[in-house]
Amino acid sequence: MSHHIIELKDVGFSYPDGTHALSGISLRILHGESVAVIGANGAGKSTLLMHLNGLHTASEGSVRIGDAPVVKSTLEDIRKTVGTVFQDPDDQLFMPLVSDDVAFGPLNLGLPPAEVERRVDSALAEVDARGLKERFSHQLSGGEKRRVAIATVLAMLPSILVLDEPSSGLDPKARRRLIELLKGFEHTKIIATHDLDLAADVCERTIVLSHGSVAADRPTAEVFCDTGLLERCGLEPPLGMQGCPVCATGITGDKGGREDDPA
Amino acid sequence: MPSLETSLYELGRLDRLGAQATLIHRIDPRIKVLVTFVYLVCIVSFGWHEILRLLPFTLYPVALASAADLPVGFLLKRLAQAAPFALLVGAFNPLLARTVVGYLGSLAVTSGMLSYASIILKFLLCTSAALVLISTTGMSGICGALRGMGVPDVFATQLTFLYRYMFLLAEEVLRFSRARRLRSFGTRGMGPKAYANILGHLLLRTVARARRIYGAMQCRGFIGTLMPAARLDRLRGPDVAYVFGWLTAFALFRVFDVVLILGGLVTGLGAGT
Repeated sequence: MSHHIIELKDVGFSYPDGTHALSGISLRILHGESVAVIGANGAGKSTLLMHLNGLHTASEGSVRIGDAPVVKSTLEDIRKTVGTVFQDPDDQLFMPLVSDDVAFGPLNLGLPPAEVERRVDSALAEVDARGLKERFSHQLSGGEKRRVAIATVLAMLPSILVLDEPSSGLDPKARRRLIELLKGFEHTKIIATHDLDLAADVCERTIVLSHGSVAADRPTAEVFCDTGLLERCGLEPPLGMQGCPVCATGITGDKGGREDDPA
Repeated sequence: MPSLETSLYELGRLDRLGAQATLIHRIDPRIKVLVTFVYLVCIVSFGWHEILRLLPFTLYPVALASAADLPVGFLLKRLAQAAPFALLVGAFNPLLARTVVGYLGSLAVTSGMLSYASIILKFLLCTSAALVLISTTGMSGICGALRGMGVPDVFATQLTFLYRYMFLLAEEVLRFSRARRLRSFGTRGMGPKAYANILGHLLLRTVARARRIYGAMQCRGFIGTLMPAARLDRLRGPDVAYVFGWLTAFALFRVFDVVLILGGLVTGLGAGT
């Protein structure tokens, strides 16, 4: 497998109704990186993620995962490598029982029953959800659903984790638990999120999308200090960084930050 | 729409009942499905006039509900909720079929009355057996059993997803309904037009969700059929005893007129007299 584990070259995509969602996206994500994809609503974050598992096929340009292009003939291998956690866990948890849902992917991989069982237990343990194994999906809380949704993907042992808005709808404690969980994973992680504090906590690199194009691709701290960029892209610095003495000089309109600035 | 909300919670209660650990709950789901299926076939195989011969079959749901520690009031309430359907199905029988087939004291019993009673009794027996099956096995156990018994995958898969997404759909309807009620004043916003809009919108949302779910399934290697359950337990002694015991009882109830025999024994007269 290539060291450039994910590579997009001039990717463009339009929906059948003519909506132009992505244009000229080029980027490389290396093995083990944690990358946040941020942008205003409709910037193309989810659409971009759907290109990494072949649910969308680029209208222009190419997407490669490792040595394999994302095309119909490679989809099976691509989906073993790229585990996608969807925005709404109710879309992800489609089996009535948690254990059946986590077993769904491994069973489709054709693994023997004992190995499926082992993977189910291990994936649930990894997200601290072993006690939910025999529960019904519709009886879980939002945080539990989210953790189980991640387990359904972990059970397939992917090397890349793609997460779409993983913290949406979570209470602060469940969100913190999720952040710690994500930080503990050694997978390559690509996280599309509006939760900029989560991005700042988990990802060392951030890609900013605006109107379907890459507006910036830089270290997370650098992106979040560039208030001009954030403002142009319909964003604002994460709450945790508002008033930050390092960034304060650059934060427009943040009076408190300027006043607190010792300089 | 509080009744919908209540129904959702009650469905959830069926799940919780199915997760108990009594002797009946531990019987292999395939066995319970098979026995229930044979029971239903026996019930519907009786003619409309054979009401008394159906009575011994009440033993099955009653014994199981008792052994599985199921709350009788809850089951009766569920039966009562479904009863209007059966009551309506045969409602016109007494009016249309007026041939007198016997007398109950001074009351002339018509064939229509008998067939109506037969419909209601069969409904009660079949529905209570189904309720007991769900309460002792759980829907997921039933779906797994169906797959394990070789039922065409399309049916088992549909049933599995239907059960999972029934809750989501109901929650969606509930949210729509609440939003509509909060912005409806007097009779405004309550008419068929509002309901038609809600239904249309619900359909669109369902299609969009179905697309997302299918995407999630594809990402985990779905190619159109659910793989068999990871573990299919071997049948144990209690499973065999359960199936043998009940099938024998059903065969006896079906072949012999147990009520007549017992009646003969009690009154000291021969069964045939």
